[in-house]
Amino acid sequence: MSGAARAAKGAQGITEAIIAEHGLSPEEYKLLLEGLGREPSLTELGIFSVMWSEHCSYKSSKVWLKKLPTTGPQVIQGPGENAGVVSLGDGQAAVFKMESHNHPSYIEPYQGAATGVGGIMRDVFTMGARPIANMNALRFGAPDHPKTRHLVAGVVSGIGDYGNCMGVPTVGGETNFDARYNDNILVNAMCVGLVDANRIFKSAARGVGLPVVYVGSKTGRDGIHGATMASAEFDEASEEKRPTVQVGDPFTEKLLLEACLELMAEDAIVAIQDMGAAGLTSSSVEMADKGGVGIELELDRVPTREEGMTAYEMMLSESQERMLMVIKPEAERTAERVFKKWGLDFAVIGYTTDTGRLVVRHRGMVEADIPLGALAHQAPVYERPWTAKPAPAAVDPREVPAPNSVFQALQALIACPALCSRRWIWEQYDHMVMADTVQRPGGDAAVVRVHGTGKSLAISCDVTPRYCAADPREGAKQAVAECFRNLSAVGADPLAITDCMNFGNPERPEIMGEFAEAVEGMADACSVLAFPVVSGNVSLYNETNGVAIPPTPAVGGVGLIPDGAPMARLALPRDGDILLLLGAEAGHLGQSLYQEMMTGRTEGAPPPVDLVQEKAAGELVRDLIRLGAVSAVHDVSDGGLLVAIAEMALAGGRGVGLEPAPDNLPAHAIWFGEDQARYVVAAAPDKADAIHKAAALAKVPVRLIGRVGGDALTLPGEAPLPLAALKAAHEDWLPHFMSHG
Amino acid sequence: MRASVIVFPGSNCDRDAAVALEAATGRPPAMVWHGDSVIPQSDLIVLPGGFSYGDYLRSGAMAAHSPVMREVAARARAGTPVLGICNGFQVLTEAGLLPGVLMRNSTLKFICKDVYLRVERNDSIYTRHYEQGAVVRFPIAHKDGSYFADEETLARLEGEGLVAFRYSGPQGEITDEANPNGSRNNIAGVYNETGTVLGLMPHPERLADATLGGTDGAKMFASLVEALH
Repeated sequence: MSGAARAAKGAQGITEAIIAEHGLSPEEYKLLLEGLGREPSLTELGIFSVMWSEHCSYKSSKVWLKKLPTTGPQVIQGPGENAGVVSLGDGQAAVFKMESHNHPSYIEPYQGAATGVGGIMRDVFTMGARPIANMNALRFGAPDHPKTRHLVAGVVSGIGDYGNCMGVPTVGGETNFDARYNDNILVNAMCVGLVDANRIFKSAARGVGLPVVYVGSKTGRDGIHGATMASAEFDEASEEKRPTVQVGDPFTEKLLLEACLELMAEDAIVAIQDMGAAGLTSSSVEMADKGGVGIELELDRVPTREEGMTAYEMMLSESQERMLMVIKPEAERTAERVFKKWGLDFAVIGYTTDTGRLVVRHRGMVEADIPLGALAHQAPVYERPWTAKPAPAAVDPREVPAPNSVFQALQALIACPALCSRRWIWEQYDHMVMADTVQRPGGDAAVVRVHGTGKSLAISCDVTPRYCAADPREGAKQAVAECFRNLSAVGADPLAITDCMNFGNPERPEIMGEFAEAVEGMADACSVLAFPVVSGNVSLYNETNGVAIPPTPAVGGVGLIPDGAPMARLALPRDGDILLLLGAEAGHLGQSLYQEMMTGRTEGAPPPVDLVQEKAAGELVRDLIRLGAVSAVHDVSDGGLLVAIAEMALAGGRGVGLEPAPDNLPAHAIWFGEDQARYVVAAAPDKADAIHKAAALAKVPVRLIGRVGGDALTLPGEAPLPLAALKAAHEDWLPHFMSHG
Repeated sequence: MRASVIVFPGSNCDRDAAVALEAATGRPPAMVWHGDSVIPQSDLIVLPGGFSYGDYLRSGAMAAHSPVMREVAARARAGTPVLGICNGFQVLTEAGLLPGVLMRNSTLKFICKDVYLRVERNDSIYTRHYEQGAVVRFPIAHKDGSYFADEETLARLEGEGLVAFRYSGPQGEITDEANPNGSRNNIAGVYNETGTVLGLMPHPERLADATLGGTDGAKMFASLVEALH
């Protein structure tokens, strides 16, 4: 029986209801019929549905993502592969990407988060890189929402258990609590790996008649339609989707990592692609389509862990810890030996062909026979209608009430869910394994050594969702700028970013507008800061019953501290230093945490981002660090200047005698305004002249804000605030919250 | 000193141990795959941290039965020093080379942080570079690190001076607050009867390099180099 005949026979059962269940619109089904030239079998329908899902096809976002700058002299591989690659010099390169696992993590927080971490690490080692650091960006609902505690506990434990077992340090991240995430939490995981620049593996399967090899775990029925689930809104029935969440096995992934890297040292692999979303379907289609070949799969050879799996189930399974490779025919024995050594399944399940078609055989039948172009580059692309949000008006700081006491306000702020210590989270992550973590969690950026060299990589994840909700364009700019600042603050030259674009339903013009504006803001910032996007992920439909999350364009940045160059920390290292503020003060309280604390709301425009100032201030700070002129550095962000100073004092265990606020602005706007492009630096008093001169050249304002010493913060007119009290306020909230169900 | 590091599937501190050993000895240790039954001539055998076999049974239980462990046990009985760090300590207890067992932390969570340890003896091959009663800072990173042994065994360990390290405060005070995981008697590491086999949950290899924030761990490797040439 020919494939077409078999498929035509299978088509009889395809009803409108089945099409809708697969998330395809009537128009998309029409496009499918054109691409295929006939009615699909159920397996073919399933294959189209996952390949054309938002998650796999980027159909709503594609036209916008093209606006992002993706090139630069440091860029070896931009978007389009499993992860982006930037040069570190000396023939070395960093491979990195951030990806969302939002929908599964809400439904099953432990496994959802764990497999998110597993997936992003696979993306990195698929490129031939050894993962050296994990990061994550987490958004939970309001602390008083009944599910929040359960979700935090599950997500943190899932991330920890997976990364800890893999032996890859989880070195930092960020966490927000906001009622707008009550029904749609965000779990964005980032992985950074290290590779020799001339040993990078890609996914294009060039060559005909080459064996297609399946390695890793066996295929089960878990995760079927995960990609489709991630491309739809939630409703009351969403928790019934628990079976679509995959189950992670970090031990097998550790073996898969070692086996892949061992085989990659041989001359065996033509192309490699991990089986992530849409599993066997997307990995085989992507490799063949990119290589300009066809592919034939014999599903009877796929290792399965359940009896009687159908072609449909095998093609759509999202079982974890699996890889698909196209290898050189003469390397089959070598490959088999390596994978058997590591106790992993190894099976030749097909061959590349010259037909340009995906042909799937099972039990002697052709279950699918589809032109690859129809699945990949002929997938639907939408220019969805969008509306811009009117930009909110700036807030006059005089209209935000002053506190009774600046220090009392500080003590309350630093204990709030947005600013309190994340120690409870990161102490559950092994952040030291691999013995290269030179800056642990809690600083502006995590720093890991490039093993065996004097170079280090700085990594930071950033976005301020409340800014993005008020003004997606300015908020996205700010996310990139803050990441740039965090890397600069440790002394790293920012290299490039990965992004994780988390938004609501793009079919709503206002959501599409948020997306469009965020992309444009991000593009502006990346371009001015020479900080290109090399990889990323889009997660849409983060909404429940028509209520969307705030636009959350999370940015993960990587920077390089060159061989022998100093690294800065935020901890104040010694008494007697002076504290200086670098950057202009305008007292922006719109969308500030202070405004929220005093008024119960965040309103108005977020602080504007002056990218030219950001660039100048960043370069200045890096220069000062390299010159050895500063002893500690911290960027000013959430909570404003006084919070930044308090964090430096707490980290160093040293007090600060503060200068009174200048009187050109209300004092609370000076202390708590969230103006951008600012850093606090500590320095020996004899370095003050040099710093002033360098700042004047860079056109960055400088102001003396205090002197290091004692065991309290002091300020004329305020009772001294002992560090011990500040520390208790900062450290206690999260553990207390998590242990008091 | 010639050292061998045993690599189980799921070991993940094998490289860290090798780096610390090479820094101390000037030569890389032999890395021995779990499936091998032959261990090269070694002055020291190290069982590194990690999640051997995924630790899906009890931590260390599967590794304790891997082919290479028969040889490790034979060498240990013949007097070759064996150092088990974290998962390696769990393997040593599961293999019966050290008394007691490592249970789930009392917090029920994975804990990764620096802790203070009191060096209980400085006359062992592992600790001769420390002062008697010195307080050192090592990181811990484990979920199953709560040391448990029955009263009789504890009495014997205490009576024979087989407790190597105890979780302590920064001044060496042995308190519940300083005990991160609920270990009996704040025990962080124990010796066998001859003092040649040491298992400990904290990671000396992670703070054996000043750029990582501390060098207290390096003294253990320096002690071994001196004791074992």
